[in-house]
Order: sequence, then structure tokens, then C-alpha cells
Amino acid sequence: MPLAKPTVATIQDLAARYPSKQSAIIPALWAVQHEQGYVSDEAMSEIAEHLDLPPSLIEATSYFYSLFLSKPEGRQDVVICVNAPCMLRGADDIVAYVERQLGVRDGATTADGAITWHSTIECLGACGGAPMMQVDHRFEENLTPERIDAIIERLRKDPLPGPPHIGEGDKPTAAPAKKPAKPRARKTEN
Amino acid sequence: MPIKPLLTKDFATENLEQLAVYERSGGYSGFKKALEMQPDALVELVKASGLRGRGGAGFPTGNKWSFLPKGVYPRYLVCNADESEPGTFKDRYLIEESPHQVLEGILIASYAIGCNLAFIYIRGEYLPQTEALEVAIAEARQAGYLGKNVLGKGYDIDVILHRGAGAYICGEETALLTSLEGYRGEPRLKPPFPAVKGLYGKPTVVNNVETVCNLPAIVLNGAEWFKAIGTPTGAGTRVWCMSGHINRPGNYELENGTPIRELIEEHGGGVWKNRKLKAFQPGGASMMVLLPEHLDVGLDFDAIAKAGSLAGAGAMVVMDETTCMVDAARRYVKFFHHESCGKCTPCREGTFWMANLFDSFEAGSAKPGDIDLLLDIGYNIDGRSFCPLGDASTWFPRSVIKFFRDEFQEHISEKGCPFKKSVQEAVA
Repeated sequence: MPLAKPTVATIQDLAARYPSKQSAIIPALWAVQHEQGYVSDEAMSEIAEHLDLPPSLIEATSYFYSLFLSKPEGRQDVVICVNAPCMLRGADDIVAYVERQLGVRDGATTADGAITWHSTIECLGACGGAPMMQVDHRFEENLTPERIDAIIERLRKDPLPGPPHIGEGDKPTAAPAKKPAKPRARKTEN
Repeated sequence: MPIKPLLTKDFATENLEQLAVYERSGGYSGFKKALEMQPDALVELVKASGLRGRGGAGFPTGNKWSFLPKGVYPRYLVCNADESEPGTFKDRYLIEESPHQVLEGILIASYAIGCNLAFIYIRGEYLPQTEALEVAIAEARQAGYLGKNVLGKGYDIDVILHRGAGAYICGEETALLTSLEGYRGEPRLKPPFPAVKGLYGKPTVVNNVETVCNLPAIVLNGAEWFKAIGTPTGAGTRVWCMSGHINRPGNYELENGTPIRELIEEHGGGVWKNRKLKAFQPGGASMMVLLPEHLDVGLDFDAIAKAGSLAGAGAMVVMDETTCMVDAARRYVKFFHHESCGKCTPCREGTFWMANLFDSFEAGSAKPGDIDLLLDIGYNIDGRSFCPLGDASTWFPRSVIKFFRDEFQEHISEKGCPFKKSVQEAVA
């Protein structure tokens, strides 16, 4: 599937924005994943063409970074941290519960194509709200079975979320229409 | 010791993430004052303040700035927001609560070192935080804090927000620069240090989010004021990320030198479920374990180093008496194995073998010689890896073997995890 015109325009803008066009590779990969949901070989060749760089360079970079997907996944992406700080707060039980509720194993997509879930050893930066998960990069913290049920129900009902238009170089003139949600981090006590 | 929060003092203010609110609480006055000063004077000011980098190594920030070779341009400032150390979530908090404070710090640092193009490298998983910074940059640009001829002072500065894509190694400054140049995030040989040959081969300063957040207050209040807070070799405060078996996990900004006991017992409300403290880990996944006997050590780079661990990126992971130390170490080792970039053999292969051995302890298939084998592998990684990722992968597991060797023995003799068994028996 060839890249859409706005994606191509974004890639060309990026190439001009950085002191070296090679720096545009990672943001260009984000732009492609934003449009198509994953990064295909074909798309990487197209990025190479627009940046006038060898395709091998784009592929070498893309395969290094764990957030670039090489195949399509479910509409919603659920990731649960099982590193030590989350383990201490019961992350293993959360993983077992999610597996039971979704009925598919770690790393798989539900039959309706709604949710792809996996556990990760990579800390996601919410140890203070452990156990936690990220749903399309949004933090869901202090998980309980009841909260997980509510989240899964919402995800099954939700239509395809507006994919995050971010990481492709900030737009110099206009602020994004959507304000980020007020964070849920705990306040420092003083 | 009275608490003197610097970075988080206005965090209770509603909508602080908005430019107008940030300005009303004194925001950007540090940058305005900095623009009235000579850049060299700013470097001297930060040197005199004793500010040390908050990313992990604790290197004096002003000294880092002063290493840039004279007369070589362009030069770059890169703000390291690739916070990925397991146990840390302070940069996320600082960005979420006050993205303009981060930006103001970046602008001050950029002006001080003579940089006209700065970068923020933020980890790919931090999407809402990337959005918060994106909004802040757009607002600041509109208000004339960045762009050409900033505030009519003849200084040009632009900031590019660069989103990473899932690689812990990119928090290491040379790997970060390699990644920012579009390559696989592999570390580079030092020297040359980034100050001499950094981004695109030009002089570059890499500063952590929390480090730059200190700059507005230092510029406004002076070096002496800052030096008076904290300890003689650890000026200022730090934001400690508390997690694990604690009643009130979260971020707490405390004056350097505050006893660890105060952080855990007062601010964190003590160990949860009325259980006993078994161990804790300051600094994040990389750092060595400490014991209850270390509770009176001060929260300070040098004091924690003296006690046998490192303050690192400011995490405090608390473990109660029910914790299986073998399993905790196993998670960290698996993390380092997952995140090893593959460039050098000791780290790539060593973390793989350590992870396999730890799995065999949990699975009950470990043999009597395996504890020493773990130590041997650790010894062959530490100091022999290309960058600190490999070295650090061995510190926590080796310290756990040192203090809790009997738990490893039990895993061998009982053919599995004694802690999981006791839990299962209790449930049955």
C-alpha cells in the first residue's frame, strides 16, 4: 500500500527540519505507523526514496526499536509491565487475569481483532501506580480485576481510536487541538 | 530537616502546564534574567552552584558545559527525557506537571552554551508527556520565548522534540546521540566525549530533565542560595520515585541528605501491610541492594555510594519480608538481556546466560555450582562491556547473592521458589 500524500509531505518536511535528513528516519517511521498501523517493507522502501537514503539504512533502524511493528496488530494495544517494581505489586496476577479474560495467550490478538496484548519486561515508567498497563500508550494504573474488566469492556466497544499524531516533529505554528489529559501522577507531599 | 522543594513547589497550582499560569507563578523570569547575563557568567554560576547531573552519574553540570571547545559552532544541547530505568518515573512527573519548567531550563542551558538548536529526546512510550511538551513548545514559540531574536535580545533558539521508539540503551548519552542521528541506538567509544564530538560530530551537551529543571531557580536565586540546600557535595534536592511494597508510592522531592528512613517511613507511610522491611534499592534497576541497617544513610550521591550502592536516577524500590530476592533479580537481569543492544559480546552473551540461569533457579532446575557460575559471568561482564548497561546488569544480582545467598541455596535444595510455595500452601 503506497503511503498517503500527507504522510509523504510529513516525511519531506522532516527531512528539511533536521540538520541531517537521516535524523528524519525515526519520525518518518512513526508517521508511517501512524497512517498504516505498522511498518511494512514496502513502506520502508518508500521512506528511503523520499529521504534519498539506502533502504537497508531504514530497515536497520526500524528493526532495532521495539515500538515499530512489522505486522498489523489489533485495533487496541495493551501492554503490561512485569519488571520488578510491578512484580512486587502483583503484576503476575494481573497478567494471568488479563489472559483469562481475553482468552488469548500473551502476544496474541483477540478473535474479534479488538485487542492485542502482551506483557513486557521493559519498565513503562509507572512504578508508583503499579500494577499498571498501557493502552495505546495511555497509562492505566493501580489495576484491580474490576478496573481491568471496565477497561476491556471499553476497548471492545470503542471504535478505532484516533491514532496519535505525534513523534513526527512538532508542528511549529498551531498547538494540537486536544489538550493532554491531566496526569494521574501522585503529588509530592510537602 | 525542613523540606525545601524547588522543582515541585508550584505543582499544586491548577493548570500549571499552561503558559499563562506558569508565567503567573514566576515562570520564564529565570530565562529572562539569564538573557541579561553573559553566557560565560551563566556557566560560572552553575559551576559555583554545585549542581550535579540528575540522570544517574552525578557529574557537575557546569563542568560539563565548560568542556565545550572554544569557537567551534554549531553546538547542540540535548535534553535526555529517555527515562527508562526500571523504578524511575520522575521525568515523566516533571514533564506532566510543568512542561514549561523543563523548556525554560533547556532555554537557559542553550543560551549558556551558545546553542541555537536544542533537542528533547523523549522515550517512545511517553505519549501523553510528548503531547504535553508539544503543546508547551508551541505556546512558548507563540509567546516569543523561542524562535528568532528571542524577546528582542538577538538570540535565536529552536527546540526539536524527538520521540524515541523503545530502547533503554538510548538513555546512555552516546547511544542517544547515535539514535538521534537516525541510526540503531548503539553507544560510541569515549573519548571523544560528546562535549567535543557529539551530535553530528559537533560539540554537544546532554542534560537530564531534572537537571535542567533546576536551572531557572538557580539563575533567579544565585549559586550561594542553591549551595545552602542539601549536602556539601550534593547541593539541592532530588525527586525520589518510590515504588514497591510501600503504603504511599509516588514522587517525593526531598532535600539532599535527608535520611532514607524519612523517605520510606514518613513520606511513603512505611512498608505496606504492616510487614517488615527486607531490602531496598536506591537508584533503579542497575543499583545494588541495601538493607534495613542502611536506613539512616542520607539521600545523597556520595553517602549512598559510601554505603555500597548508587543513587543513580533516584528510584527507591522497597521490598518487604515476603519478597523473593532471586525473582526480583531475575526480572532485572531479563530486562537487561532484553535491552542489550548487541554491540559488545560480554553484555549481549553474558546477560543471556545470566537470564537463563535465573530462570533455572525459579524453575527448580538450578545446580549447586550455579551460584558461583552467576558470579563468574557477572565478573566477566562488569568492566568488560562497551558501555555501562552491561556493567550495571551485574550489580543488583551480585549484591543479592552477597546478602541473600541462602535464598539461592533454598531454590536449589527445594527445587523451586520457596516463596511461591509458601504462598500456595497458605492459599491451599
